[in-house]
Amino acid sequence: MSIYYRNFPRALVVAILAMSATMSVARADNDSGKYGGENRGKPLQPAQTNAKFQQECSNCHIAYAPGLLPAESWRKVMSGLDKHFGSDASLDVQDNKEITAFLVSNASNRWSASTAPLRISESMWFKRKHDSNEISPAVWKNPQVKSPANCAACHPQAERGDFSERNIKIPK
Amino acid sequence: MLRIFHTSGLALVFAAGLAAQPVFAETHNEILASIQKEASGTPGFQGFSAARGESFFKTKHGNEWSCSSCHTENPAVSGKHAKTDKVIQPLAPSVNAERFTDPGKVAKWFKRNCNDVLDRVCTPQEKGDVLTYLLTVK
Repeated sequence: MSIYYRNFPRALVVAILAMSATMSVARADNDSGKYGGENRGKPLQPAQTNAKFQQECSNCHIAYAPGLLPAESWRKVMSGLDKHFGSDASLDVQDNKEITAFLVSNASNRWSASTAPLRISESMWFKRKHDSNEISPAVWKNPQVKSPANCAACHPQAERGDFSERNIKIPK
Repeated sequence: MLRIFHTSGLALVFAAGLAAQPVFAETHNEILASIQKEASGTPGFQGFSAARGESFFKTKHGNEWSCSSCHTENPAVSGKHAKTDKVIQPLAPSVNAERFTDPGKVAKWFKRNCNDVLDRVCTPQEKGDVLTYLLTVK
């Protein structure tokens, strides 16, 4: 009997262990490889929020949870506030710095692509979750929905970063 | 000796009184006065006008929006953001006492909104006219 066959049971164990290790790595990667690397983070809203962020970012829309976009997106958004989707939303230097730091350190931790969209609705996870298989085009035309930016129209807990399926209420 | 004590005691009371005030809080009349101080430095300044402020508020200035696009034609009622529909509390201090009491907030929103409505900053005359108008709204 050759050494190879004598050691076969041990080799098998090693092989199985190696395989399962590879699989669990693949599994962990799956969440960041999902949606072409454009996946939202988890959790979306950190346990410890920031008062400035809450106050300043909820004046004109809900304070979108930082985990919805990658860090680079937030840097871009925060450096262009004077032209913020058609409105001047500029902040003073100190507030801008504090809010940027909060957004960047709580950005999506599952975003592996090098992309950095300005709009949450441009990310692959958003598009996939809201495509015509999931949401009828009629829903988007409902004046109560008005725009994909209006998360709370269908996700009443959006402000708290809760977008879970059981809490969805699509307006009739 | 007694006199020195008396004066320093008064100063202490005065300082304590100042410290008890919320930081930066002012009345809308104080805000108006500081805009007036700014405006009085411009040549030909003849005071503010509520009528001029009202027409400025309700007129477009070359862009898509006027002030009233979001704040409505009646500043005593709630408005909503022209794009997001988010509710905006009334602007008139007679129904919303918080309005025009925080100089930082006033400066921030005049800068933003004038840029949206006029593509430039507003002059002290324009800001004073608008605030004068808003103070007449009951």
